[in-house]
Amino acid sequence: MIELRNNDTSVPLSSITPLDYTYFYELVISLLSIEAKHCVSYFAHPEKDGWLCICCIADDETEKIMVLAHKVKKTRSKTIPALSAKHPALHSYEREMHENYGIPFANHPWLKPLRFPQGAADENSTIQRYPFYSLTGEGTHEVGVGPIHAGITEPGYFRFCCNGEKVLHLESVLGFQHRGIEKLLLKKTHPLQQSVIAESIAGDTTIGHSLAYAMLAESLSDTKISARLSMERGMALEIERVAMHIADTSAMCADTAYQLGQVACEALRTITINTLQAWCGNRFGKGLIRPGGTYYTAYHETLNQIATALNDVKKRYRDISDCIFTLPGMLSRFEGVGALTHKQALQLGMVGLTARASGVRRDIRSTHAFMSYKTHAFNPNIMENGDIHARMMLRKIEVEQSIDLILSLADKLAALSILTSESTPGYQLQYQPESLAISLVEGWRGEICHMAVTNEKGEISQYKIKDPSLHNWMGLSIAMRNQQISDFPICNKSFNLSYCGHDL
Amino acid sequence: MNLLELKISSAHGVQYVKNLEKATLTPLFRGRPEIDTNISIQELQRAETICPSKAINAKMGILNLGKCVFCKECEFVTQGKIRFTNDYKIATNDPDCLLIRKEISSNIRLNENAIRKEIRSYFGRALKLRQVSSGGDNSNELELYAAGNVNFDMGRFGIEFVASPRHADGLVITGPLTKNMAGALNICYEAMPSPKLLILAGTDAISGGMFADSEAIDRSFLTKYKADLYVPGNPVHPLTFINGLLYLLGRNAME
Repeated sequence: MIELRNNDTSVPLSSITPLDYTYFYELVISLLSIEAKHCVSYFAHPEKDGWLCICCIADDETEKIMVLAHKVKKTRSKTIPALSAKHPALHSYEREMHENYGIPFANHPWLKPLRFPQGAADENSTIQRYPFYSLTGEGTHEVGVGPIHAGITEPGYFRFCCNGEKVLHLESVLGFQHRGIEKLLLKKTHPLQQSVIAESIAGDTTIGHSLAYAMLAESLSDTKISARLSMERGMALEIERVAMHIADTSAMCADTAYQLGQVACEALRTITINTLQAWCGNRFGKGLIRPGGTYYTAYHETLNQIATALNDVKKRYRDISDCIFTLPGMLSRFEGVGALTHKQALQLGMVGLTARASGVRRDIRSTHAFMSYKTHAFNPNIMENGDIHARMMLRKIEVEQSIDLILSLADKLAALSILTSESTPGYQLQYQPESLAISLVEGWRGEICHMAVTNEKGEISQYKIKDPSLHNWMGLSIAMRNQQISDFPICNKSFNLSYCGHDL
Repeated sequence: MNLLELKISSAHGVQYVKNLEKATLTPLFRGRPEIDTNISIQELQRAETICPSKAINAKMGILNLGKCVFCKECEFVTQGKIRFTNDYKIATNDPDCLLIRKEISSNIRLNENAIRKEIRSYFGRALKLRQVSSGGDNSNELELYAAGNVNFDMGRFGIEFVASPRHADGLVITGPLTKNMAGALNICYEAMPSPKLLILAGTDAISGGMFADSEAIDRSFLTKYKADLYVPGNPVHPLTFINGLLYLLGRNAME
C-alpha cells in the first residue's frame, strides 16, 4: 500500500504491489469502517494476462490517499467476493469492472449493467434489454419515464415500482449518453484535444472537469503553476458553483410554480455566467482552463466586473431565498420529502452537496485541498436532515459562501502586479513513464476524480473519470422510496445529477 | 405579493433583451471566425496542426464551422490571421455556408432557395420544438433552455419547447448522436407529425465534434434525414439559436 496526496506528483506504477485478494478485501473493509475514509476510485487496469485492480481510499483526516491493488488473471473463472456486499458504496466500481471486462464478482447486491459501453464484455447486453426488477401484486403497478424527458434535458430512463401513489422502488437506467470518452482520451493524445474533451465530460461542470484534467496533466509532468493561476482557477470553480446552485434554485421554483423565484434566479444566473463570458468569451468557461497556464489572465477590469456582478447577485439572491424559505407552499413541498439519512448517505458513498445535506462532512476543498484552497482554508457547511429542504438550503448557504470566497480571491488578485501575466498553456508536456496520478476537485455537484496511468513511453494508457453522479444516482433511488411519485420531479431536481458525467 | 417580493420585482427590473438582432456581446465572445486574405500557407498549416477537431484544411484555406469547437487556438498560433469575431449570427441551412474561406469574409447567411416552402407558411407564426439530447454535455441543453428564459424570451415570437413530440413541429438535436440513444431518437422523430423541421444545435450535433470518431457514436440518423438548420457553437449561444430560427422562419426580430 502506498500513499499519495491530491494534486501532487505522480508515483511509479512499480511501487504499487498487488496484494492477495483475501488480504486486499479485509484491508479495504477495515479501512472503510471509519467515516473519515472513503473510496474515491477503484478500477481495473488491463495488463497482458489480466487486470491490475487499483483502489484509492482517501483519508479525510490526514489528507492522504491510500493506493492498494490486487490482480485478477484473465484465466480466472472462479468468482471473487464483491466488496459491495459489505460496502454498497463500491457497487458502481465493481459493476463497471464486471461490465467492461467480465471480472466475476460473487454476492454483489446489484450486479447490473452500469452504462452499456462500447466493447463491453457481454455483447448481448444492450440498453434495450436492461434487466429490470418487477413488482406484482394487488394494487401495485409500474411507471416508466424516459429516456427522453419532458424538459430540455439529457436522457435517462426511470422505472417506478409503485403501490398506489407510493414509490416502493425506483430503478434508473443510464448509459444513453455514453460517448466513449475514456477510450477517446487515449486516441486523442494532444493535451489540447484532451483538455477540450475534458470540458465536455459534463458541460455544466466545464470548470470542474477541465480543472481535474489540467491538474492531472500537471502532476504527470511535474509542472508547477503560479499562485496567481491557482487563485484564478479557484475563483472560476466557485463562479461555476454559484451559477449552477442558482440555476437549481430557479428550477425548483419552476417545479413548485413559484414564478417570481424562477425568473429572478434565471436573471441572476445570467449575470453570473456572463462574468465568465466577459473573462474568457464563453458562458461556461470553455477555453479558460488549460494545463500549465492560461490565455486569460484575470486583470483589473475582469476582476472588477466579477466583483460588481457578484455583489449584486449576493444581495438579490439573499432576498429571493428569504422569500422561498418562508413561503408555506414551498416549505410543505420541501420539508421531510426525499430524505436520505446520514447512515444511508455513508452506505451509498454519497459525495458533494448531497452528502453534506445528510450530515456527511465530505468536501475535497477542505479535506484534500488543491489550488487556492491550499492557502485559503475552507470550512464546509453541513445540514442534518438530508431532505429536499436541506439540499436547497445548503445551496443557498453555499452560494453566499462561494461569493464571499470569489470576492476575497478577486481582492487578492487585484493586489498583484498587472505586469505579471500568466504563462500560456503548455502543450509539450512530458509525462512520467509507467506512473499513476490522481486529481480530486470539489465541483458544484461534489467530488470529481480523474486518474491516469502512463505506459513505458510516457503516453496515457488508462484514463479514469469519476463524476460525483456515479455515486449519487443511487442516492436518488433510495431517497424516493416510500415517497409520492408526484414528488419525483422536485426530488430529482434537488439532486440534479449528471447523465453525461455518469455515462461518459 | 408582500413587500420583499415587491423589492425583488423592482430590483429584477426589465430583463429581456429588446432587440435580439442588435445585441452586442463582449469582444472576447467566440463567434464567426475570419481568415485574413494574406495568411501564409505556413500559418494555415500551424492552425491545421493545432486544431483539436480537424476543422481547418490548410491546403484549401477553409475553416469548417460545423466542426469547430471554438477553442481559439488557431487565432493564437496565427497571431490573429485567423480570428474570432463576436458575431453570433452563425446559423445556416446550408452546410456550404459553414465553410469560412480566406477569400471571403462576410456574414453567414441562409440559402433562401434551400428553405422548404412549407416552413414559412406552416411555422412562420408559431413554432413548437422538441429537444432531444443524444450525448449532449448539458451545456447546449442549458443554453437552449436559456433561449426561453427572462433574458432572451424566445416565447415572444411564438417559439417554444414542448414536452411531447406529438405537439412538436420540429426536432432539435444536441450532442454527437450516441449509439445508445439511436433507437429513442428515431422513435421520437417518427412520432412527430409532418411536415416537421430538423435542427442540429451545437458542433457536436452538426459534425460529431471531438466525438466524431468515437466508436460509441452512431450518426446514421443524419444520413436518413436532412437538417433544416445548423446552429454552430460549443455550446450554442441563445442569440445564435434564436436569430437562426427567425431567419429560417422569415421573421423580424423587432416585430
